[in-house]
Amino acid sequence: MLSSFLRRLATAIPSLIGVIIVTFLLTRVLPGDTAAYFAGPAATPEAIEEIRVKLGLDKSIPEQFVDYVGALVQGDLGSSLTTGQPVIQDIIDRLPASAELTLFGLFIAIAVAVPLGILAAVRQGSWIDHLCRIVATAGVSLPVFFTGLLLVYVFYYILGWAPAPLGRLDVFAFPPDPITGFLLIDCVLVGDWETLGSALAQLAVPSATLAIFALAPITRITRASMLSVLSSEFVRTARASGLSPFKVIVGYAFRNAMLPVITTLGMVFSFLLGANVLVEKVFAWPGIGSYAVEALIASDYAPVQGFVLAMAIMYVVLNLLIDLLYGVIDPRVRIEG
Amino acid sequence: MTAVPLLEVKDLTVEFSTRRGIVQAVKEVNLTVPKGEIVGVVGESGSGKSVTSYAVMRILDRVGRIARGTITYTSLDLVGASEPEMRDLRGREMSMIFQNPRLALNPIRKVGKQLEDVLLQHAQADARDVTQKAIELLEQVRIARPEERYHAYPFELSGGMCQRIVIALALACKPQLLIADEPTTGLDVTTQKAVMDLVVDLVRARGMSAILITHDLGLAAAYCDKVVVMEKGRVVETATSIDIFRAPEAAYTRKLMRATPRPGITLHDLLPEETPAPAPIAPHRIGEPLLVVEDLVKEYKRQAPPARLATMFGKKVEPPPPFRAVDGISFTVNRGESVGLVGESGCGKSTTSTIVMRLIDASGGRITFDGEDIGALPARGFASHPMRKRIQMVFQDPTESLNPRYTVSRAIADPLLRMGGYKGGARLRDKVAELATMVGFPLDLLDRFPHQLSGGQKARVGIARAIALNPDLVILDEPTAALDVSVQAVVLNLLQHLKETLGMSYLFVSHDLHVVRLLCDRVIVMRQGRIVEEGTAEQVLEAPQADYTRELISAIPHPPV
Repeated sequence: MLSSFLRRLATAIPSLIGVIIVTFLLTRVLPGDTAAYFAGPAATPEAIEEIRVKLGLDKSIPEQFVDYVGALVQGDLGSSLTTGQPVIQDIIDRLPASAELTLFGLFIAIAVAVPLGILAAVRQGSWIDHLCRIVATAGVSLPVFFTGLLLVYVFYYILGWAPAPLGRLDVFAFPPDPITGFLLIDCVLVGDWETLGSALAQLAVPSATLAIFALAPITRITRASMLSVLSSEFVRTARASGLSPFKVIVGYAFRNAMLPVITTLGMVFSFLLGANVLVEKVFAWPGIGSYAVEALIASDYAPVQGFVLAMAIMYVVLNLLIDLLYGVIDPRVRIEG
Repeated sequence: MTAVPLLEVKDLTVEFSTRRGIVQAVKEVNLTVPKGEIVGVVGESGSGKSVTSYAVMRILDRVGRIARGTITYTSLDLVGASEPEMRDLRGREMSMIFQNPRLALNPIRKVGKQLEDVLLQHAQADARDVTQKAIELLEQVRIARPEERYHAYPFELSGGMCQRIVIALALACKPQLLIADEPTTGLDVTTQKAVMDLVVDLVRARGMSAILITHDLGLAAAYCDKVVVMEKGRVVETATSIDIFRAPEAAYTRKLMRATPRPGITLHDLLPEETPAPAPIAPHRIGEPLLVVEDLVKEYKRQAPPARLATMFGKKVEPPPPFRAVDGISFTVNRGESVGLVGESGCGKSTTSTIVMRLIDASGGRITFDGEDIGALPARGFASHPMRKRIQMVFQDPTESLNPRYTVSRAIADPLLRMGGYKGGARLRDKVAELATMVGFPLDLLDRFPHQLSGGQKARVGIARAIALNPDLVILDEPTAALDVSVQAVVLNLLQHLKETLGMSYLFVSHDLHVVRLLCDRVIVMRQGRIVEEGTAEQVLEAPQADYTRELISAIPHPPV
């Protein structure tokens, strides 16, 4: 088990190297001159040139790349010119906010979509099947920034149920000392229930926005996968042996139907990482997505590189987890290693 | 006969609502299973035999429905029973064995756990002794090392072993009635015998009743007390096994019996009585050697055991010896000759035929075709070699081997376009029509797609495609295994007729000795990659020399006559 885990981990290294090269090159071909941007509109050509030398931008691209990789190996992602902080510090500060939002959104989506998909497959053609179809169609056809704004309009502006969409905590709450960086977990760890409530309230609408987006593919795949498993012969055997419907549907059918669902979860998670950027903008969420967008607009390439690298690592780790989960669920995957 | 039968089906009609309206799959079927008897239900595909059994178990698909009739189990009315009542009966009072045992088991649950599920559901065991009981069940179905097999997953077991597990599942809660739906289809003939003997022994020992659903009249007659013959949803004949063989009454039963390959008959005897004898063709002469195979070997690497640490520290680990699927075999196919390649699954017969077809490369040996060493040509480039069109193949599953997006005429035209120098137009159309006529395919169906054809029609398309380029050698890989016996009879006769008119040679790969005997001049019996016996068809079947051949022949079910 451990050796297959390590081997699987090793296969991720080439893709990470690729990501490093591609992000480096991409940020270099971005339009805009970083040195000119930071020197300001009134700067003289000499001042711009001075900044250029200070940033190392006067060197050739291969030289810059060697410098970049050399720093990267030491854990130095460079400094952000807009915040003035090391990029690694910015990412450490902001990544938990994004991760909390994405994971919570995904969690809601799974909690709704999987039972909905199962029910739709079991009661094929019933009202719940039609509901499933409507939810799926709506989920894919509405862009996240639109659902986000719509939810803010309804729940904050009209109904007044949700707090103002301004970040992770309302202004009067005091955040607990960061332990994991995940507000919900930190609040539970220190037992600060009031802040927990505030954090949950702030999290509800943005994560629901992400969840609506993620619902559609998960529901559809769960339904389709369940339908094919339910018509398979071993389910018929289980029924013919008189097993209870719960055992047949959950114990026999769903466990077999889970593999495609898990594959989809991996993809949905990566979509969510992308959708996050817009949602964070709409809800003023102090996450890594909005940070990257601002850096991109400012031609501040170090944070952009850091962001893409962080996302790539997350994606690789996620895929690794999914592969491992495969092995846990399906014994046939295990032997192939 | 006891006063109250265990199961009584009266005037059962089952309907399916399909896109084309309501279809009656079973029409007014009457069936009685007395206590302690085994009843065979025999019929070809579409006869409604499986649907009848699903109706009894009340596990019909969503679209299926019992329209009329009664099903009485002891004194219980099964048609009117509620779903929870039925659930309690299933497994405990009556249970079922399905065809294709590998698919009938949950692929990701240990077989022991699956047995436990059933035991616990019907309160046959509690948490303390359930594992012990599951292992006992495995013992009862004669699985060696049951404690070990308890932890096996279905994919780790052979087909015959999986079927034993399915039998254990069905018998776990000591039901009174066992329904076996084609329990041995897809199993080797020796495994079939072992599985059927086991089922019948267990049923008799426990005084149970059983319904054996099969397409094989011989199998039903060999194991059942009474046989019910079904055709197109209706029961056409019910009689004891002996009577049905001595004096079949219904015309359909007679047709079915004639079509079943058996010793001492010719190919033409398989066809219905009224079929005219074929015009006599000058008996084909067997000519010089066409295909010569010498010392053919095919090796596959075995999965290496985990010894990565040892290799990492520079130790040399001996790799496991490769698996020899084909282990040094030699044979010859002469011009105009049919050679049968017989053996059970895993004996290497299909590997041999695929190597001769040059679809995969051999690990060693020589293949000479008409004087040229085609074994030396790499399989990858053989598709464009001029020799390629002289060797053709007919595949086992007529459905799977046809492109579902090609019409029949396109499928037949494919080899002509690729290798026959045809460019389309009237010449191609005429050639396709000519080929279709040769194989007896109705010309008005040429524009249909495979899913709109019957099994026999699809088989004809596969044959037309193979003979399109006038090949010298046709490899037939179990061409009739997926067909009903009456269709098989027609296809076998067609193959024989084509061979005589076109002067081709056949390499006929099959597991069915009777079929091979009808079509082939010579028979080669393979086992574990080696040839165990070779000789003329009569020699091998009438006076087998090898023990294995004798075992194969004796495993074929014999009717009690």
